[in-house]
Parts: sequence; structure tokens; C-alpha cells
Amino acid sequence: MTTDLTRATADYAVRLGDDALILGHRLSEWCSNGPFLEEDLALTNVALDYIGRARMFLGYGAQLIGGDCTEDTLAYQRDCREFTNLLINELPRGDFAFTMARQYLLDEHALLFLEALQGSSDAELAAIATKAIKETRYHLRRSREWMLRLGDGTEESRRRLQQALEDIWGYLPELFAMDELERELLAAGIAVDREALEAPWRRAVSATFAETDVTLPADGWRVDGGRTGYHTEHLGHLLSELQFVQRAYPGCQW
Amino acid sequence: MTNDSSPNEQQLEAAFQARIDAEEKIEPKDWMPERYRKNLIRQISQHAHSEVIGMQPEGNWITRAPTLHRKAVLLAKVQDECGHGLYLYSATETLGITREELIEALHSGAAKYASIFNYPSLTWADIGAIGWLVDGAAIVNQVSLQRTSYGPYARGMVRICKEESFHQRQGYHIMMTLMQGSDEQRAMAQDAVNRFWWPSLMMFGPHDAESAHSAQSMTWKIKRQSNDELRQKFVDQSVEQAEVIGLTLPDPDLKWNEERGHYDFGEIDWDEFNRVISGSGPCNRQRIAHHVAAHEDGAWVREAIAAHEAKKQQRASKAA
Repeated sequence: MTTDLTRATADYAVRLGDDALILGHRLSEWCSNGPFLEEDLALTNVALDYIGRARMFLGYGAQLIGGDCTEDTLAYQRDCREFTNLLINELPRGDFAFTMARQYLLDEHALLFLEALQGSSDAELAAIATKAIKETRYHLRRSREWMLRLGDGTEESRRRLQQALEDIWGYLPELFAMDELERELLAAGIAVDREALEAPWRRAVSATFAETDVTLPADGWRVDGGRTGYHTEHLGHLLSELQFVQRAYPGCQW
Repeated sequence: MTNDSSPNEQQLEAAFQARIDAEEKIEPKDWMPERYRKNLIRQISQHAHSEVIGMQPEGNWITRAPTLHRKAVLLAKVQDECGHGLYLYSATETLGITREELIEALHSGAAKYASIFNYPSLTWADIGAIGWLVDGAAIVNQVSLQRTSYGPYARGMVRICKEESFHQRQGYHIMMTLMQGSDEQRAMAQDAVNRFWWPSLMMFGPHDAESAHSAQSMTWKIKRQSNDELRQKFVDQSVEQAEVIGLTLPDPDLKWNEERGHYDFGEIDWDEFNRVISGSGPCNRQRIAHHVAAHEDGAWVREAIAAHEAKKQQRASKAA
């Protein structure tokens, strides 16, 4: 790989790592807060999968960056503007309907994304995708089942799910947006073509919600910015918690 | 009509005790004295609640764990505790009580949980101290309970012990890493031990002579070793572990007794023990309020599942 391509691949791995880390953080906030114990277990389990995924992507990014960069310097020593996760992942966990709706919409996306990433010409990214996709299949089975339960259950569960979809909808276009970095890596056979995922994603999501009494919101508003570090105000608070120990006691081993 | 003094009941109870004495396991459908059943419900549910409430002080540090590796390990550990809570609730349910009733008893204060979780986790080192000392004390107790007379409880303990020893190692490893670190890190580790040592000793309960449930539990082999025996075992193992990494246990009376072949140690502050048990620990109200709030916040989710299941059945029967 050329130096430019190596650096671009590193940035790509780091953004995928940031996506996983920030979503994993939000899921981990459910620990001891689930609606019943089985759900506490499942949510921490999914959180753990995402933290594991973050470590693989960030670890690979760190390796490509070289020097003294590690998964931990990436996670703990960058500020808000340097994080490149998608905005949808950093939104506060909200109620259970919000968390599960976001998870379902992301799981459908992750399945398509990881299937495509398995074909990456970058062997390391392809290997991470192969490991992650097994987890995602399980996550999706669960989150899809929750859409059916909440979308069919009671008037309150339908109302909450409908509200969650309304609140999330404008953050979804970012999932399918390509920027210059990803176009360049796509041309090199490394990155996934996000634009190509949108149609199959819409088909899957529409099919799921057709089995429920909630309606998919109309497209309209959209907010972008995660990939350029233009975040919501929520991310800074998340990072101040995530990074607290390393910031308060710099330069230590833990 | 039968009562405890009828010959029939006496014969049953004698046969029951004979099975216990022969080290047979009692299974859910077997006849058992009502007091045995009640005692087990109390003990196993207390154990289950401890696993569940224990998720709070540890979960308190998941989002702040200082490395991604530590975060992953802590998440895995808390997930295990949650799983332990589940098997133990299931074991309790085999005795004819529902999960909802158990949770109700936790919320009303009728059921207890390990008093250690009424202490706050204030620094990262507390996660090390909880793993090393609190899980260490729990293992000493649980290893003994692998031979408890009630089958589902004994089998649950075998599974739980395997996972707990990994928990204790991760806690000890956190402490070791801190002790090899900066002055501030060593001070943080020592401070955590200073705060968690005595409450860990209290986890074994009152002295044998003062333990309300002990004698009968020993006869029924629900408990296999006394509170004081188990506490001694824990002290003996912890002194050496502390020395290896340079931590000082906060007890000036701690010294090797050649004659006994054990460490002597100071007297527990039983006033503190009683205060914390009866509700005046630093976090008692917070722990229950947190559990109640999560349970109440989740009510609409549980209702949604029930409604969905009912509708599914209705649709299925219409289609049939």
C-alpha cells in the first residue's frame, strides 16, 4: 500500500472503531437499568460485542498509524472534534424504545455493511467483518423481535416506538453517505459502498415495520457531521465520562 | 389434617434428615419441611439479590474504565453477575415462589442482599478491591455451598464458582497494576483496601454464636461451614495476597498465630455491621431506589411483551 492509502485505511479503521466504541458506551449505560434481568444481560452482552469490535478496529488503526499510537490513546486521548463516529451512535440512550429502535436500524445496516466489508481487499478489515457479522446476526434477531413486540404490544409501546423513529430518522442518511476518503478507499477495493446499502436496507426495514402498527416517518430533515468531527453536544459529555481516569491521571498504566 | 406433631410429619422429617445425613441432594419435587423451604428461599434469594444489586457499584465504573481492555473485562464480569442472579432466581423459583414476588420482597426490604453493596465505589481502585476482596470472600462462601443439600442451589454454585475465580483474578490484577504504578495509584489502591477490608469480613455474617439461622442451616446442610470458619479461611488467604503486592490490611491486630496455624485478627465493628444491615449504610436507599426506578421504568416494556404474546395467540387461534 502507498503511504496515502495506508493513512486513509487507518482513518477508515478509526472511524469504524469510533462507531463501535460510542454505540457500545451507550449500550453499556443500560447496565442495571434494563426492564428485566434478561434484558440487562442481553444489553451488556451487545455492549461487550461493540467494545470488542472497537478494540479490533482501533487496534488496527493504531497499528497502521504506528509510533506510540494504541487503541487506548485513540479512545482516551482524542477530543470531541477528532472523533469521527456517526451522530446516530452518540445520541443519549433515551427510553428502551429509543435504544432498541436505534439498535434495530443500525443492526440492519451493520449486517449489509459487514457482508460487504468481508469482501474488502484489506485482509485485516475483512477478518474483523467476518468475526463481527456473527454477532450482528444475533443482535439483529433480537432487535427485530423487539420491533415486533413493541410495535404490536400496547398503545404506549407503539407510541414510544413511533416517537423513537421520528427522533432518529434524520440521523439515518449519514449511514449511507460517502465522503472523499471512503470514495478513494472504495476505488482501491478497501471500503464499502455505503450508497449501495440504502435500497436493501429500506426493503428490510419496511418489511419489519409492515408487521407492526407503527409507520415509518417521511424523509425530510437530516443532520450530518460525525465524520468531520461536527458532533452533537452529547458527545463531549460522553467523552468526559469515558476518558475521566486517563485525563485525571495522565501517563499511567492501568 | 396434619400438623408438625403428627406422626406422619415426624416420619417424613426423619426420612428427610436421613437423606441429608447420607449426603443425598434434595430436589424440587421431593418432600421437604416447610421451614427448610422457607430458609432456602430466604438464603438463595438473598444471594440472587446480592448478585443483582452488586451490578450497581460495579456498573458505576463500566463507562469510566481506564482502558478498553479493562472495560471489556468489567462488562464481561458484570454480565456474569447478572447471569448468576438469573440462575439463582430460577433456583429459588423451584421452591414455589415467583420472580415478581422475589423482587417485591427486595423492594419492600423483606429480603436482604449482601450488605457490602451498600458501600460506594468511589475510585477505579474500588473495582479492583471489589473483585479481589468481595468476590474473594464470596468464593470462600460459595465453594463451601457447592456441597449444599438442595440440588439446584448446589449445581448453580458449581457453575458460579468457575466464573467467580476469574472475577477475583481480574480484581487482584487491577490492584497489582495499581501497586506497580505511580504514587497516586498506590495510594488509590491502599485507600480502597482500607475501605473494603472490614466490610468484606462482615460478609460472612455474625459470629457463629450470634447467627440467627446458622444451627438449623448446618443440620440441614444448607450451610456446610460456619461463618467464623469461612471468615478465618478468607483472612488467611488474603494476608498473603496483600503482602505479595505490597498492600497493608488495615488491622493492627493481624498476626500469625503459630499455635492455631491461622492469622489472628481484630474484632469487627459490629455496630457498623448492624447499622448498615438495618438501613444506615452509605448507599442502602440509593441501591433500592435505583432498582425500583429501573423496574418501574420497565413496566411498560413488560406489559408490551405480555400484550404482544396475547395478541399472537389470539391471531393463531383465529387462523386455526
